[in-house]
Amino acid sequence: TRKELPEHFKAYRHVWVAMEMEHGKVHPVSFELLGEGRKLADKRGVELAGVVMGGDGEEVAAAAIEAFEHGADVVYTIVDPILTHYRNDPYTRALTDLVNTYKPEILLLGATNLGRDLAGSVATTLLTGLTADCTELAIDDEGSLAATRPTFGGSLLCTIFTLNYRPQMATVRPRVMAMPEREPGRRGRIVSHDLGLAEAEIVTKVLDFIADGDSGRAALPYADIVVAGGLGLRSAENMQLVKALAAVLGGEYGGSRPLVQKGWITADRQIGQTGKTIRPRLYIAAGISGAIQHRVGVEGADTIVAINTDPNAPIMEFAHLAIVGDAVKILPALTDAFARHLSVNRLAS
Amino acid sequence: MHIVVCIKQVPDSAQIRVHPVTNTIMRQGVPTIINPYDLFALEEALRLRDRFGGEVTVLTLGPPMAEDSLRKALAFGADRAVLLTDRFFAGSDTLATSFALSMALKKIGEEFGEPPIVFTGKQTIDGDTAQVGPGIAKRRDLNQLTYVARIVEVDPAAGEIAVERRAEGGLQVLKSRMPVLITMLEGANEMRRGTLDNALGAARAQVVRWSAADAGIEDLTKCGLRGSPTIVKKVFAPTARAEKAKRVNTEEGSTAEANAAALVEAIFTRQP
Ligand SMILES: Cc1cc2nc3c(=O)[nH]c(=O)nc-3n(C[C@H](O)[C@H](O)[C@H](O)COP(=O)(O)OP(=O)(O)OC[C@H]3O[C@@H](n4cnc5c(N)ncnc54)[C@H](O)[C@@H]3O)c2cc1C
Ligand SMILES: Cc1cc2nc3c(=O)[nH]c(=O)nc-3n(C[C@H](O)[C@H](O)[C@H](O)COP(=O)(O)OP(=O)(O)OC[C@H]3O[C@@H](n4cnc5c(N)ncnc54)[C@H](O)[C@@H]3O)c2cc1C
Repeated sequence: TRKELPEHFKAYRHVWVAMEMEHGKVHPVSFELLGEGRKLADKRGVELAGVVMGGDGEEVAAAAIEAFEHGADVVYTIVDPILTHYRNDPYTRALTDLVNTYKPEILLLGATNLGRDLAGSVATTLLTGLTADCTELAIDDEGSLAATRPTFGGSLLCTIFTLNYRPQMATVRPRVMAMPEREPGRRGRIVSHDLGLAEAEIVTKVLDFIADGDSGRAALPYADIVVAGGLGLRSAENMQLVKALAAVLGGEYGGSRPLVQKGWITADRQIGQTGKTIRPRLYIAAGISGAIQHRVGVEGADTIVAINTDPNAPIMEFAHLAIVGDAVKILPALTDAFARHLSVNRLAS
Repeated sequence: MHIVVCIKQVPDSAQIRVHPVTNTIMRQGVPTIINPYDLFALEEALRLRDRFGGEVTVLTLGPPMAEDSLRKALAFGADRAVLLTDRFFAGSDTLATSFALSMALKKIGEEFGEPPIVFTGKQTIDGDTAQVGPGIAKRRDLNQLTYVARIVEVDPAAGEIAVERRAEGGLQVLKSRMPVLITMLEGANEMRRGTLDNALGAARAQVVRWSAADAGIEDLTKCGLRGSPTIVKKVFAPTARAEKAKRVNTEEGSTAEANAAALVEAIFTRQP
């Protein structure tokens, strides 16, 4: 399968991250990707670039500085009022134009709704490979991007390559990669580029944006403490035990995918490959077996606690601490124990 | 209004097993279903047809047995089913899949009328890339509306459509011109129960079956493995950490309270 790279692709060099702007601010997944991109660029001995597109020159300039401080050597910018709100068509044109002009060998995007919408269009326009929702990125011995993602069903991962096409594209979900250390004052080169489109050429118009009310929507990805339930809870009512523990700890609650399918929790509280990826300080999983799609969503947690009746459940392979036993009995006891511990510590401090 | 819905037949994921020795997926005997996300697309299409008249065509690319899923879609009320099936499609990644589907869509347009709206689901539950919808849109030059939570308005005469699209932190209200490709968000509607008529019709219906050649595909290098820039090189099990989870309750018969207290102690004394 590995052929000599076609001649016209040999000029493709450098690692790019398409940065995501959300109401004037950079989405944190872009920094996480810069951190990972930095490692890939160093391994390849090439530059790391950020791509910032937007409607407001000041916002784009501020984002470029943040990109430098998170590891970029170069930032490609396109500023045009047409890019004020995300729309597929002009963003696809902008990014493919940049790729065709400056020829990166690797192009990374966040696997957000915006990133997935854009990546699919760009890859199809460029007729190149795109690996979705990667959990690990590396450079193999021959210098190719090795993109690893979970496979369906069981406890397996697969590594996917785009050997004979450029750029090699991949998306990564928020919180899968660690946030790199910021280096204040770090700077680089800015290359500004024109969009070269007129608003009249763009068919789709943004009429309005209805912001979500803050109440009720789970803020799982960036929570410090997360308590989650799985099918081992056996009933919707027992989800209360999970919520009570989360409340005492001041954390968020969530669950495995089957709980969403059963309607025990809402979809925004699903943890794992097709739900949220989390990196909390403490993660407590009650009655969750630890399938690969769940595992990849929680592996970044500092401390993982499993409560499971089965001492041989897969979660025991990646949890740090475990109680083997009935979650329905242990959860309330744990809520009491934490409440006591926290009130004693509060008195002491 | 002629509407096309792309559906994929997928293994019922809850029942997939991995061979413990060879690390391969054991597909034999695994029941298949219509990708659950695609039902939201199908229902939305049926609602538009009920409102504006016209027909709903369901299209799938897959092995001959994918006909089962098409019949299920007919039983829900779809009017026509097209199965694109050919050994040349084996091993397609999303680029090759969207190429094949877009060729079939072109042919469907020629044979049964150009569809102003093509629907796909948000993603599948097996490949799970969410890349096929955008791929089709680009290849057929359809205006792309992904993650649509609600169709606000359709004006067939003016050729305009307005939708609410799920974005980070809120809903984007977009107005676009047909033809469009819509990827429908889960939870957008609830699948109807097909009528008895539909069920009887589905059993007897003639499923249109096309090979690559039937769909007008001349360049087979764009199909299957050859047309797929991505290459799956390695399938492996995740490495277990050196040590398994430390068991807090090692004594048999210890109470929930004692175990909980030991766990709290262990959490606060652990140095990650
Ligand atoms: C494409 C794809 C994407 C997926 N995405 C996700 C995802 O994002 N997130 C996700 O979670 N899953 C996902 N899944 C599903 C995943 O493969 C598993 O099926 C799922 O995580 C299992 O959920 P569970 O652990 O709650 O249930 P089970 O696997 O049924 O495990 C239940 C566990 O509870 C234990 N138990 C039973 N009784 C008790 C008790 N009284 N007290 C304590 N423990 C008890 C059992 O020993 C068992 O380990 C995905 C699957 C596919 C195919
Ligand atoms: C474990 C695994 C990982 C993979 N990873 C990648 C990857 O990273 N990159 C890549 O390019 N390919 C990948 N593939 C291949 C990819 O899954 C196939 O090309 C598949 O046929 C389509 O992609 P999907 O299932 O991800 O569909 P999605 O893009 O998630 O599907 C979106 C929608 O498109 C429609 N649709 C999708 N497939 C069909 C079909 N056959 N017939 C009709 N409508 C359809 C449905 O409406 C569906 O809801 C992977 C496959 C597997 C099994």
